[in-house]
Amino acid sequence: MTMPDLTKLLFGRLTWEAIPFHEPILLVTFCAVALGGAALLGFLTYKRAWGYLWNEWFTSIDHKKIGIMYMVLGIVMLLRGFSDAIMMRIQQAISFGDSVGYLPPHHYDQVFTAHGVIMIFFVAMPLVTGLMNFVVPLQIGARDVAFPFLNNFSFWMTTAGAALVMMSLFVGEFARTGWLAYPPLSGIAQSPDVGVDYYIWSLQIAGVGTTLSGINLIATIVKMRAPGMSLMKMPVFTWTALCTNVLIVAAFPVLTAVLVLLALDRYVGTNFFTTEFGGNAMMYVNLIWIWGHPEVYILVLPVFGVFSEVVSTFSQKRLFGYASMVYATVVITVLSYLVWLHHFFTMGSGASVNSFFGITTMIISIPTGAKIFNWLFTMYRGRITFDVPMLWTVGFMVTFVIGGMTGVMLAIPPADFVLHNSLFLIAHFHNVIIGGVLFGLMAGITYWFPKAFGYKLDPFWGKCSFWFWLIGFYFAFMPLYVLGFMGVTRRMSHFEDPSLQIWFEIAAFGAFLIAIGIACFLIQLVVSYRRREQLRDYTGDPWNGRTLEWSTSSPPPPYNFAFTPIIHDGDAWYQMKQRGHERRLEGYLPIHMPKNTWAGIVLSGISLVIGFALIWHMWPLAILAFVSLVVTAIVHTFNYKRDYYIPADEVAREEAARTELLAAHV
Amino acid sequence: MSTHTDTTHGHGHDDHGHDHDSGHSPSTMKGYMTGFVLAVILTAIPFWVVMGHVFTSSATTASVVLGLAAVQIVVHMIYFLHMNARSEGGWNMLALIFTLVLVVITLTGSIWVMYHLNDNMMPGMMHDDAAAMKNMP
Repeated sequence: MTMPDLTKLLFGRLTWEAIPFHEPILLVTFCAVALGGAALLGFLTYKRAWGYLWNEWFTSIDHKKIGIMYMVLGIVMLLRGFSDAIMMRIQQAISFGDSVGYLPPHHYDQVFTAHGVIMIFFVAMPLVTGLMNFVVPLQIGARDVAFPFLNNFSFWMTTAGAALVMMSLFVGEFARTGWLAYPPLSGIAQSPDVGVDYYIWSLQIAGVGTTLSGINLIATIVKMRAPGMSLMKMPVFTWTALCTNVLIVAAFPVLTAVLVLLALDRYVGTNFFTTEFGGNAMMYVNLIWIWGHPEVYILVLPVFGVFSEVVSTFSQKRLFGYASMVYATVVITVLSYLVWLHHFFTMGSGASVNSFFGITTMIISIPTGAKIFNWLFTMYRGRITFDVPMLWTVGFMVTFVIGGMTGVMLAIPPADFVLHNSLFLIAHFHNVIIGGVLFGLMAGITYWFPKAFGYKLDPFWGKCSFWFWLIGFYFAFMPLYVLGFMGVTRRMSHFEDPSLQIWFEIAAFGAFLIAIGIACFLIQLVVSYRRREQLRDYTGDPWNGRTLEWSTSSPPPPYNFAFTPIIHDGDAWYQMKQRGHERRLEGYLPIHMPKNTWAGIVLSGISLVIGFALIWHMWPLAILAFVSLVVTAIVHTFNYKRDYYIPADEVAREEAARTELLAAHV
Repeated sequence: MSTHTDTTHGHGHDDHGHDHDSGHSPSTMKGYMTGFVLAVILTAIPFWVVMGHVFTSSATTASVVLGLAAVQIVVHMIYFLHMNARSEGGWNMLALIFTLVLVVITLTGSIWVMYHLNDNMMPGMMHDDAAAMKNMP
């Protein structure tokens, strides 16, 4: 075997050409990332933090720590996704007439694809999953999730997917197909390079994590509620988490299957989505939206739950229409499967099909509207305090209603024929995703931060962040509604008509306001950490909360609850406070807990190697990594030391410390 | 691996030993044998139908095979997965109904959408396609 043959066998398509030395933007980014990364690694080594990180975080199966790690992942990826956004906004603001801007089309197409993929899969999904992971077991009075190891594994699989997307920045390139990679553009004939393969494998690896975490949380909610907590006494956030995870488990296998078919088309020359041998690219569009529409509700349902908790807490009232809220959530869960065709009205299925899906889409706005009214009636005559979470909630209610109305406009098939693929659509879904999901996540982060870390977030910087986000959002996306009505299509890197430029400049200005909003959030984290002694919450219940998570200390002990609470009422903790609930201070028993394990991070690391090897056609490495994945998984099954008991006197010590704190400060 | 094996944590329903809950089909030798024999029969008939060219129309063959496959699914669920209307406090049944609804929506919806699409966008080719498919090996 000659040398080039051997290199080809071992490295597949990977050559030095794949490293983008000739693209100055990427080179500078790479240098910045490499320097920053080296500085971070050096700092961690200097602080001797590796052992701590490994033992306390990376191998942890504590649902609270995994939840926090999900949040960190989401926030880090938000920075990446947002830098893509601002690059696009600058490009579109300057690329008019003779000026071609600074991003060549080849690069611009990767930027908009990466922006969409990262924001949905690696920002919104981890943040939503992280919140559910942290909050749900606390809200139902459980000590962990149903399958703690699986939880750790899910997190690391999601992280491995994110790492693969990030690698595409510096090794090879990312897809240039848009975030759903429609064939035939994403087929091997039109996209012969590695971009789409990065897309496929990063989503497949992250998808394993998402599906497993969905199963885990369903089992947790169904099986591990505290005694007395019947379904209709569950907090609304737990209800929305249940419905979201049902959607995840039902929808993500469809995505997996579609991507497998696309991968087969690309790797072994099948013809599922080509135009030959009976293949049909439209089938891909059909199938991926059967996943894609429920995905939208997977993101937004949990934040509806967040808003329900926040509105009721900060209005100091029981949530108006709890039962209708639950039924609305369940109805949305089922209806979200009946609307997928509204993403491709223009594909040509004809009047009967289009009108059916147009009507179902309009129907889904009814339960959503009912929720808005429930929140409004909860606020009506409540003692409202406008803390930061409540600001986000009110901002959401105004913004989301606008997004919902433009959504109903798009649900009218004739209108959609005009607006399809235009910037109007871009404005619409950013309106609901930023105004809905993101505002909800920010409300949730601010609301539960004191529970996670024991001190509140600094309200001044929180308010700054909120106002910059809100105003920045309107500046950035209202112009896109206007441009959409003018017929400007999405994903353009260059425009000829100079009369459009002013709108793009306003949108770019809005993006800069949002950048300041994100900066304020990061400053808020730092400032709050430095002022943590002033912001400290000793009670565990800083907002006068109503659900069980506020009954335990902040941060909660590893076992969450020394005694499993007994539930008599919907707002369990509020009702306990009303009855003059006394903490039980004796009679502790040893608590059975799961043990940390290395298996999650190692298995995901190997999966990352498999993904990378498959992308670059490094077959020997792929086979080797796959075999070691199977072997590692089998070895892990022989690990019988999976649990331990926290001795009763350690529980007693921990609880006594809390008693002292409460006596000293409350 | 459940964190809730301690007695301090009571549940509405028990986590453990769910094979012995009331409301399950018993996981007895007899149950498994019945399931196994039924599964073998339901597998053998389609083989016979296909290999022995029992029906002249291939559409009939296909629908018989699909119908028996559906029965096979039910046999597996009852005898091997021990599902019935009451197992796991009714959650199994609920999950099954939900799954069936989604599967029906996905399949009939896709067929409906794609049929109309082909009908509208490639009116001439529908026929050719069918003819071409017949000629394929």
